[in-house]
Amino acid sequence: MRKVRGIAWYTILIGMSLVFIAPLVWMMITSFKSTGEATRVPPTLLPHEPTTRAYHDLFSGSSQTPVLRWFLNSLIAATAQATLILVVASMAAYALARLEFPGKRLVFGLIIATLFVPVFTLIIPNFLIVDRLGWLDTLWALIVPGAAGAFGVFFLRQFFLGLPRELEEAAQLEGANTWQIFIKVILPLSKPALATLAVISFLGNWNDFIWPVYVLFSPDTFTLPPGLSILQGAYDIDYPVIMGGAALASVPVLILFLITQRYIIEGVSRSGLKG
Amino acid sequence: MVQESVSTAGRTGPADTTAGPGPAPAGRLRRVGVATPYLFLAPYALLFTTFVLAPAVYGFWVSLHDWDYLLSGKPFVGLANYQALLDSGSAVYEEFWQSMRATGTFTLASVPLLVTVPLALALLLNRSFPGRTFFRAVYFAPYVLGVAVIGVLWRFLLDPNLGAVNALLGAVGLPDSTPWTTGLPWAWISLVAVTVWWTIGFNAVIYLAGVQDIPRELYEAARIDGGGRWAEFRHITLPGLRPVLVFVVINTILASSNMFGQSLLITQGAPGNETRTAIMYIAQKGLREYNMGSAAAMSYVLTLALLLVSVITFRLFRDRDAA
Repeated sequence: MRKVRGIAWYTILIGMSLVFIAPLVWMMITSFKSTGEATRVPPTLLPHEPTTRAYHDLFSGSSQTPVLRWFLNSLIAATAQATLILVVASMAAYALARLEFPGKRLVFGLIIATLFVPVFTLIIPNFLIVDRLGWLDTLWALIVPGAAGAFGVFFLRQFFLGLPRELEEAAQLEGANTWQIFIKVILPLSKPALATLAVISFLGNWNDFIWPVYVLFSPDTFTLPPGLSILQGAYDIDYPVIMGGAALASVPVLILFLITQRYIIEGVSRSGLKG
Repeated sequence: MVQESVSTAGRTGPADTTAGPGPAPAGRLRRVGVATPYLFLAPYALLFTTFVLAPAVYGFWVSLHDWDYLLSGKPFVGLANYQALLDSGSAVYEEFWQSMRATGTFTLASVPLLVTVPLALALLLNRSFPGRTFFRAVYFAPYVLGVAVIGVLWRFLLDPNLGAVNALLGAVGLPDSTPWTTGLPWAWISLVAVTVWWTIGFNAVIYLAGVQDIPRELYEAARIDGGGRWAEFRHITLPGLRPVLVFVVINTILASSNMFGQSLLITQGAPGNETRTAIMYIAQKGLREYNMGSAAAMSYVLTLALLLVSVITFRLFRDRDAA
């Protein structure tokens, strides 16, 4: 009886897994089909004549769809923004968690309030500000403004508040100044939180869609998400190419997720407990 | 102000006025320069001011003008952009409110599912069994992909003629020519279903953390009292999850009313402009046609609507709390 229930239980779990995984597998499979086979009705399950033609097309990249360039741009923007967030957010979070200064509550309240401001309200004025800075159609527009988000500060502040004070006090007795304490005591103790924030920031930037669609204009500056939208328009029903592009945008983050899933899931679940 | 910070910089703890609950034990306060906290804040403050505070104000300024990005003249028009949104005779009225209706439709249809299905999933995953972490990761996986990937992938899967969804339905003897991306109500069903598939893991993981925070003793006590599983759920799990639930509901409403990429890539607003959401329309007006004054006004109207909905939701939960 118990065994039967176990089998039924895992059948349900695996059945549900298929719902989540099959579309992604289908994306990969399709990218190795010929255009004719990808649009055949009814579809073939596995490619009869597997081909890497779609990837050749993607990598040879016409001047309108330089996919490798997009990939590189995505990598640069996401890495740079994650780094920037780690630096500015950890410093601000430390001040808010451990240092006393007039106006602290006001500053923190202001930052928290913006967690609830819908992103789109800022898109049009930010477009104009980025234009003033001369950053339209450059990767700067993708790297810097997004680092102003409040999540990183909030997240790290919570973590710093939970750290024991004893080590800082010991360092202080040994004559370390605030900066040295921050660099040599706080940051090393916070590696898990910093890693979580780095991964979540990287994912957020890598996946960002609406902002790059509107601040980037030339194919050379695109990242993968706006690029996919261009591919969809340019290749129409050449689904192996479109799915190949989608696979290029997915595989790196799926691998990142496999390696760091504990961090990501913990970070997300903690973000939900802020209320 | 400066005096205060000097005193907190002193050795004696009790002078500190802003430290958390309870007096800080003497000797715990760090001797720091007056400027030090601000230096730590400065880099973030610069970004925050430039890209969050300034645009929040600047956007409103823009909305008071006939602000065409491509023209040098940007005449001040007061509240005319807002009035146009309320005047059924204006050029933008019809399209704007249609897009607001689309956003409302999507939010109403998606939020109940996005709140309940992940809860069921979380309760399923809350039992202990081998492979739990693995399955949790599998169900969460789509969420790590961007909306662009999700959009082009499902555009293909839902293609009425070539897509795998109709092929699969046909293979098991169901109708195989449903216009998933071009007909009503199918387009809405597609958009909602794809969004549930994509983001279910996010809310589920938040619920899971919430469920695990409920003290086990409560369940043990209930078991002694002889309540069934349903009674346990109603009297322990749900009340225990209330704060998490409030967060999930409000956050999901905000997320759903921000919907953009799915419509842009899967239905392209079809049929007609039925599935063109408010954000799609605002972006189109402001950042493609460069009618930024009008578009900025629209974004504030939408923000106001969301604020109202959030407050109402919050109150509903609070009232039930009191009851």
